[in-house]
Amino acid sequence: MKQIAIVSGKGGTGKTSITSAFAAIAKSKILVDCDVDAADLFLVTNPTIEIKHRYKGGEIAVINQETCTNCGVCIDLCRFDAIRLIEEQTTISEFSCDGCRLCELACPEKAIQMEENFNSNWFESNTRFGPMVHAKLGIGEDNSGKLVTQIRDRAKKIAQEKNLDIVLIDGPPGIGCPVISTLTGIDIALMVTEPTLSGMHDLNRLIELAKGFKLKSYVLINKSDLNDEISNRIEQLCIANEMEVLAKIPFNRSFVDAMVNQKTLIEFAPDSDLSKTLHTVWNRLILDKV
Amino acid sequence: MVNYKIAVASGKGGTGKTTVSLNLFYALQKSLNQKIQLVDCDVEEPNLQLFTNGKLVSEDDVNIKIPVIDKENCLYCGDCASACAYNAILFVKSISHIAVLEDLCHGCGACSYACKQEDIIVEKDKKLGQVNRYELADQAELIEGRIEIGAALAVPVIGKTLKSTDSNALRIIDAPPGTSCPVMETIKDVDYTILVTEPTPFGVNDLKLMVETMRKLGGKFGVVINRSGLGDKTIYKYLADENIELLMEIPFDKTLAKIYSEGKIMVDEFPELNAKYLQLFEKVKQNLNETDSHR
Repeated sequence: MKQIAIVSGKGGTGKTSITSAFAAIAKSKILVDCDVDAADLFLVTNPTIEIKHRYKGGEIAVINQETCTNCGVCIDLCRFDAIRLIEEQTTISEFSCDGCRLCELACPEKAIQMEENFNSNWFESNTRFGPMVHAKLGIGEDNSGKLVTQIRDRAKKIAQEKNLDIVLIDGPPGIGCPVISTLTGIDIALMVTEPTLSGMHDLNRLIELAKGFKLKSYVLINKSDLNDEISNRIEQLCIANEMEVLAKIPFNRSFVDAMVNQKTLIEFAPDSDLSKTLHTVWNRLILDKV
Repeated sequence: MVNYKIAVASGKGGTGKTTVSLNLFYALQKSLNQKIQLVDCDVEEPNLQLFTNGKLVSEDDVNIKIPVIDKENCLYCGDCASACAYNAILFVKSISHIAVLEDLCHGCGACSYACKQEDIIVEKDKKLGQVNRYELADQAELIEGRIEIGAALAVPVIGKTLKSTDSNALRIIDAPPGTSCPVMETIKDVDYTILVTEPTPFGVNDLKLMVETMRKLGGKFGVVINRSGLGDKTIYKYLADENIELLMEIPFDKTLAKIYSEGKIMVDEFPELNAKYLQLFEKVKQNLNETDSHR
């Protein structure tokens, strides 16, 4: 079984459109949407949810106002600046609390308790492309990396049970915690970039991050005709890092038109040059032995 | 003199947050005679610096305190490991094994608080990233947060970046994409949030998530539609149904995309765009004044 993730550094380069195209091409696979806080793959794959799981996100400290004496011990100890005296009442900000439990441990009145939150869910679904595991992180939730790990673990199990060849992962943008959880243990990363200064800068940071993992990386330059000079510089960057550029795809409105029609590019324009290019890229991605 | 904190956020990545932050900043910098700061809170992938070419005047490390355990004198009671909410202390009593898993540590200090022995747990700095200050012009600065490659904790870097801004300055803050903790940290204390989206199904879906976020936070916000003309009309109906103010539209235009790709500032090239951004600011100001009069 091979785990392939589509990642990007910069957002909006076309990860999800390209992942969904691969979903239509690949034969024996399970889909995973690891962009858990702004998941979009479901808009194209239209999954039927079979099992809904509650995800236990981080805990949050809650103060019992009755027993709190406003002694200020917790305020001094909290390193997340989450506890303040507001209108003479010690108050914890749910948006700043990191769930470390230090205040609970230290409160001399035992007035602080941790509350679990279950604002996030994850799903095992079926789509016209096969099984899919995806999630919806609660608004402003912490622990998106753990949720990514959880859905990836489940997807891998399903792939083993059903004897599927590929786990196809739509990754989150950036290089932080959810991206680290997405890259951990995968075999191949396809980095989708665009020829802008931002796109190149973000790709560069992603390449550096990926060096810490045991995986093979490839690059796809989307909207390549936007700036030929930067496109060439990205190719140079890839050569310097011994990475293969699998395709340069000029700006193509069909990606958006396909999305509006809730179709993958492959379904929307099956005979287009773009479809052919994406087939070629996919065939190259699955060529490597792992 | 105004000292508003205006965030530019989006849910979906690549909708044009950086474009809007930059152009709003430069339009205002040229027209207002006051201190103004551009703030990059997209600390995983900070891009503003690529467009601003400022002079770096200071660099401050952002550190957290992580524990170092004196294994020789440790009593192996396990109190520190039980206190850790992040499973960052690996403790096996039967073989007297204890180790700090630095990547999991959030630097909260619970372990050193829980340890009853003196000086068994001391703390050392671990660098998560840095805050860089660039001088762009007289009274204009860029404050940039940037995480170290491989560091998983963005929130402390965002927190310090915001704390490093000047509370007397007008601040335009570029937020990270998504709706999770880094975004909350960025927008929880701002005066106004401009949500940038594009009229595609992905754009609309992620805008809805951001609107949910804004309503949970209770902050004032409005929407900028970038690349209008692409995609479909769903977004207009959504904004009307939800009674959300459409602040500005930027038409889809390959010339603008090319200018962005080269790291150039659009309002410097097109005076009519400059006027549009000034109008955008007037609308934001109007919204903020309304809030004040209600108080």
